[in-house]
Amino acid sequence: MTTTTGRTEPRRAPATGRRVASKAGAGGYRIGYGHWWWAAPAVVLMLAMIYATTATGAFYAFTDWTGIGSFTWVGLKNFTTIFSTPELTGALVNTLLLAVGFLVLANVLGLLFALALNRTLKTRYILRTLLFMPVVLAPIAVSYVWKFIFAFDGPLNQTLGAIGLQGLQHDWLADPHLALAAILVVMVWQSIGFTMVIFLAGLATVPVELEEAAALDGAGHVMRFRKITVPLIQPSIAIATTLTLIQGLRIFDQVLALTGGGPANATQTLATEVYQQSFVFGSFGFGAALALLLSLLILVFTVAQQRLTRDRL
Amino acid sequence: MFRYTKKTLVLEIVTILGAIAMLMPFYFLVSTALKTGDQVLTTSTLSFPTSPTFENFATLLSPSSDTSASIFKGLLSSVVITAGTIVALVVVGSPAAYVFARSTSRWSTRTFYLFLVAILLPTQLGVVPLYVEARALGLVGTPWGMIVIYTGVLIPLSVFLYAGFFRRLPRDYEEAATVDGASRTAVFTRIVFPLMGPATGTVAILAGLIVWNDFFTALIFLNGSDYQTLPVVMYNYVGSLVSQWNLIFAVVIISMLPILIFYFFAQKRFIQGYAGGLKG
Repeated sequence: MTTTTGRTEPRRAPATGRRVASKAGAGGYRIGYGHWWWAAPAVVLMLAMIYATTATGAFYAFTDWTGIGSFTWVGLKNFTTIFSTPELTGALVNTLLLAVGFLVLANVLGLLFALALNRTLKTRYILRTLLFMPVVLAPIAVSYVWKFIFAFDGPLNQTLGAIGLQGLQHDWLADPHLALAAILVVMVWQSIGFTMVIFLAGLATVPVELEEAAALDGAGHVMRFRKITVPLIQPSIAIATTLTLIQGLRIFDQVLALTGGGPANATQTLATEVYQQSFVFGSFGFGAALALLLSLLILVFTVAQQRLTRDRL
Repeated sequence: MFRYTKKTLVLEIVTILGAIAMLMPFYFLVSTALKTGDQVLTTSTLSFPTSPTFENFATLLSPSSDTSASIFKGLLSSVVITAGTIVALVVVGSPAAYVFARSTSRWSTRTFYLFLVAILLPTQLGVVPLYVEARALGLVGTPWGMIVIYTGVLIPLSVFLYAGFFRRLPRDYEEAATVDGASRTAVFTRIVFPLMGPATGTVAILAGLIVWNDFFTALIFLNGSDYQTLPVVMYNYVGSLVSQWNLIFAVVIISMLPILIFYFFAQKRFIQGYAGGLKG
């Protein structure tokens, strides 16, 4: 390792332009890390594709733009229309129901599987691989499989009939009350592996010795779980709940594939309504208002959820 | 305390049963795809076909049928767009994340926060202006346009993941290289980036999966064009196939195969990517 002749110091940062902060190393010379303009393409892309479009969308939420031609400013009229249309308030309620249900079920079931697979089971690696498999599939493909399962002459009803529970057979996707639950089942099914994997990573950081010590002191399973495991996997809980919450609020593919929003708009969510209003009916301004509402919802819930799962150690 | 006791055996059996229950949909998927059209109508949905047949796949994939063209085109489109997006995300995102991770100036911290917030913003709000913007730029309905769009939308994720890895990298390597007279670019390309293998892998898997399985954005920008990705092709095809579940599931299996093959070869990477990369 020899220094190149003629250069006993690292090349200095250019005198013009923003200097990237450097750190004094041994010997007193400074190191520059990269060039500040390396971040430029990423920043430009992000500003152009995400912030500019989001801001523009937020603007159009207060207009009646149809995507082409001129538009007029209508202020809050779009929003008052939203809250006075049963179909749309219904979509809002559905979005909330699905998001909360998804959050709870996906995390609880994922945690249960993670606890089971955490130690000592002989088949745990195979099971982990198999249970994670649904996560990598396209939600729309998964939805088609479940559409078959929930069909009136499909496996679910047939199984119920075979074990003598004919009374419980329903046309799951055509019943306004049950269709939403069916969509929830599909969402949860696909994400159990996802939360399970996050919790497995968190559980792996819980030292065995702590649990053993607690057991020696007489703590039962539940007590050990509550007092040791849960506090120590708090970061995993925070991540898993955040991600499932955001995912749940944005639900789109499954609804479109399973019910198309029906029957009679009973399973519309905010995301599917945005699509329908903007791209099927051509009311871009109105669709933007719905999208703005959805964004606000996500923001509010995320902030609230971050507060609730904040590190309390 | 954690010996393998009888109780553990019971837990193992219960868990295996739970896993089997979770995996039942795959059984229906495969068994129905192997039935003929008549068998779907006549036999019970729970039964495995007595003489499983691959004719559904033949119908869809044989060069003579008109669906095979759209399926193969969809496959090609998905591959091109996904690979292109991954490359773009790595090339644009890693230098940016490097600068953010190493810099301590207030501007860079603020800009980095912008990236973090951008991850949370839902695509729905900006999708309409994005469509108009893309149409004006001629990006609608072309693979290049989709790559630009996907890259733009996913760059915050790429930057976030890379920055997390860069932060944990000790600066000794860069210092040593700089002492030896390496330029900053050389330090990055020859030393730092090669050390980022796991990060690149995580970005490739997470972003690649998002792009490959994406339906909403692809539907809006590519529907009706020649470059539909696989999910859109499948959606349009299934729409025309009311209740012909054997064909529908054959399409579904075809669409799932590329990802599943990839998954089984690299599952450890997949799971690590999801669990580890997201810890940030």
